[in-house]
Amino acid sequence: MKTQSSDVIVIGGGIMGACTTLFLRQRGISVTLLERDRIGQKASGSSFGNLRRQGRPISQLPLANRSSALWAQLSESLGAEIEVELSGHVRVGYSDRPELVEDFTHYASQAAETGLNLEVFTGKELHERFPFFGPEVLVGSYSPNDGHSNPRVVASACARAASANGAHVHENMAVTSANKVGEDFVVVTDAGLGFTAPSLVIAAGAWSNSLAEAFGEKIGIVSRGPTMLVTEPAPYFIHPCLGVVTPVEEESIYLRQIARGNVIVGGSTRSPASTSTGRAIVDPKNTLSQLRQLRRLVPALAQLNVIRVWSGVEGYTPDGMPVIGRSEREAGLYYACGFSGGGHQLGPGVGEVIAELIDTGETDTPIEDFGIRRFNASTG
Amino acid sequence: MNAPKVVVVGSGPAGTRCAETLALAGLRPIVIDENSNNGGQIYRRQPENFVRTYSQLYGSESDKAAAVHSDFDSIRDKIDYRSDTLAWAVSENTLFAAERGRSVEIPFDALVLCTGASERVMPTLGWNYAGNYSLGGAQIALKSQGCAIGSNIVFMGTGPLLYLVASQYIKAGANVAAVLDTSTVWDSLAALPKLLAMPSMLWTGLGLIKTIRAARVPIVHGVQPLEITGSGDAGVNAVTYRDKRGHAHTLECDAVALGYHLRSETQLADLAGCAFSFDRRSRQWIADIDDKSRGAANVYMAGDGARIRGADAAEVSGRLTALTLLLDLGYAVDEKEIKRLRSLHARYERFANGVTRAFPWPIEHVRNLPNDAIVCRCEAVSVGELRDASRGKQADEINRAKAFSRVGMGRCQGRFCGIAAAEIIADATQTPLAEVGRIRSQAPVRPLPIAVEQ
Repeated sequence: MKTQSSDVIVIGGGIMGACTTLFLRQRGISVTLLERDRIGQKASGSSFGNLRRQGRPISQLPLANRSSALWAQLSESLGAEIEVELSGHVRVGYSDRPELVEDFTHYASQAAETGLNLEVFTGKELHERFPFFGPEVLVGSYSPNDGHSNPRVVASACARAASANGAHVHENMAVTSANKVGEDFVVVTDAGLGFTAPSLVIAAGAWSNSLAEAFGEKIGIVSRGPTMLVTEPAPYFIHPCLGVVTPVEEESIYLRQIARGNVIVGGSTRSPASTSTGRAIVDPKNTLSQLRQLRRLVPALAQLNVIRVWSGVEGYTPDGMPVIGRSEREAGLYYACGFSGGGHQLGPGVGEVIAELIDTGETDTPIEDFGIRRFNASTG
Repeated sequence: MNAPKVVVVGSGPAGTRCAETLALAGLRPIVIDENSNNGGQIYRRQPENFVRTYSQLYGSESDKAAAVHSDFDSIRDKIDYRSDTLAWAVSENTLFAAERGRSVEIPFDALVLCTGASERVMPTLGWNYAGNYSLGGAQIALKSQGCAIGSNIVFMGTGPLLYLVASQYIKAGANVAAVLDTSTVWDSLAALPKLLAMPSMLWTGLGLIKTIRAARVPIVHGVQPLEITGSGDAGVNAVTYRDKRGHAHTLECDAVALGYHLRSETQLADLAGCAFSFDRRSRQWIADIDDKSRGAANVYMAGDGARIRGADAAEVSGRLTALTLLLDLGYAVDEKEIKRLRSLHARYERFANGVTRAFPWPIEHVRNLPNDAIVCRCEAVSVGELRDASRGKQADEINRAKAFSRVGMGRCQGRFCGIAAAEIIADATQTPLAEVGRIRSQAPVRPLPIAVEQ
């Protein structure tokens, strides 16, 4: 078997794998990226494109802040238009959950300590500031420097830049086995090619379970598909990204409008997804309930038409938190997966942190809470 | 046993004959129609307060239109006919529809898709100006609104509809500047053996040409469309084309009707899980249909939505599909009739292959389009942008090229630009057209109002 060697093998060409590859190359480390399909074609390419920091657990904010600084200059450093729009983000609560006013205020004070500044608006002030909200919207937390980007183009732009900088990027190449032999990982693909490297990064999203299991670690990722839609274009009137905070899945929609006018909506009830077919099909019932919630959040959107729905295969961990960092059981093995529908914003930050870990053995960004240890412990 | 619940989508020639056959067997099918009245595109009925005769409306096709309409009228009390209803999604044996603005979910035991066809369009520099219509659009204006698309009209493209609509406009008194056909006289001659499978239809076609010539409207064969000139404010003002000797000509006009034969409307079939194969003859993707007219379990297809064979074949196909469905449902069916319809259908198929040969899709013209021509009108994506996205970003598959360039992402979801876009990608990346693939359908089949009542 033909074997190619490099310093690092990255499995998975979504935003995590592509960013990790990009930043490894910036440090002069040789890297091979293996993608079973096309770069950025699965969850990364079908996601919403949110650049949202607020609302994440406080423990994620240092990483999200680091990522945010990278997003601000990513388009320029890639030399590609990835449509980063830092036009703000508003999290809202409805009037049937008045406790959210206090929750949002409390969160804002904690977030400020990490460097993320938020403004909380209620009542008349909120509706004057954001006149498109429906009457049920009670409270909004505004993050002025968050925003959105175009998820269809980001991962592939990162991989292209990495490739131009010397990374070996292989598409349509699925991993059939991954082992450690002596000091090196040996990865074999369905094309009959073998790859070896002293470091391996598992960034395979919903496909990460079996790779982790090959090294005696179990994450228990479940595949689900977001319910997405896009409307016909309308005058650009919603500048920030919007998201509803609620424990009710159906209510939990988010949306953004792009300058060319289309409104992109996600969230609400998710659909089943399959890693074997690589597809997630939107249940039309979920689209209908999403439309109800959309009319509630921004009533003016009722004048528009939906032109397309879609979904993708996302990987959700049992606790909804990602797996980032070193393996507990195998030296040289790293994880960047299980982002549970919330990975897009973290992509560049995660890529840089993993590259830093591999290069220097440490990182200043706290990632302890995302270790695979928490799942290993529960499965013994 | 409850009677099986059969849903027929479409009430054109295929849907009408299918529903009729089912109703006569004692079923009460639900017939879903996007339009306000039955007839489909080809036999679209005029609004109720309009009083034109069948001959004025449908010309050479008037007898068939009258029969399809009156037979549909005779079964109205035996079917559940739902007009102004958009079938926008299918999931797990349920059709999702928007019926006059209200959302309805219709479970079915069998779904028959008679979704018909729309234009296959080749972009031309300037086809995005106001005053450009598809041939079907031009026909709708005439039948439904009783008006012409302009006062001096160029018909450009290829296919039988080019001649049918031009002759209908002439009969209605409109001023037609010219009929410009990209196919050559040689194409027609080469197709003759197959066209002779249906001498009467060939005769009808020749009659259309005679009508056009009698009105002293020039018919030019073997043209290459170069540009539709005009302005954003005033719309179309002329068409420039190159003749087969290579000379450029400019024809003044205030409207252009465009179409290059037809493509099947396959979104519902796609959403219902039918598989598709690339058909080399027509260079289109068509649903894989078994000998019982099934594209998937419980999903049957008939008429031009299954494969472009024309309105007459669609009537046969609608009947045949209904009979095979009845057989599947355990009803007693006249098997001789199935056999007769199959053999008749095979003749239409041969004729349809002749039509495909006579009016070929002008591949070279599509592939040689200038960079500044718009390929996707909804999203204003130029041919050059599509070439750059597919070549520069290794997008040799159409859904990937769509993700990078926005081609096919707009209101029509690639129904009008998808075929041309695939040719451009194939050419730019030197990939066989079959490997470029087809745009995956996503709901909704047509734009769905967010305000849909539930």
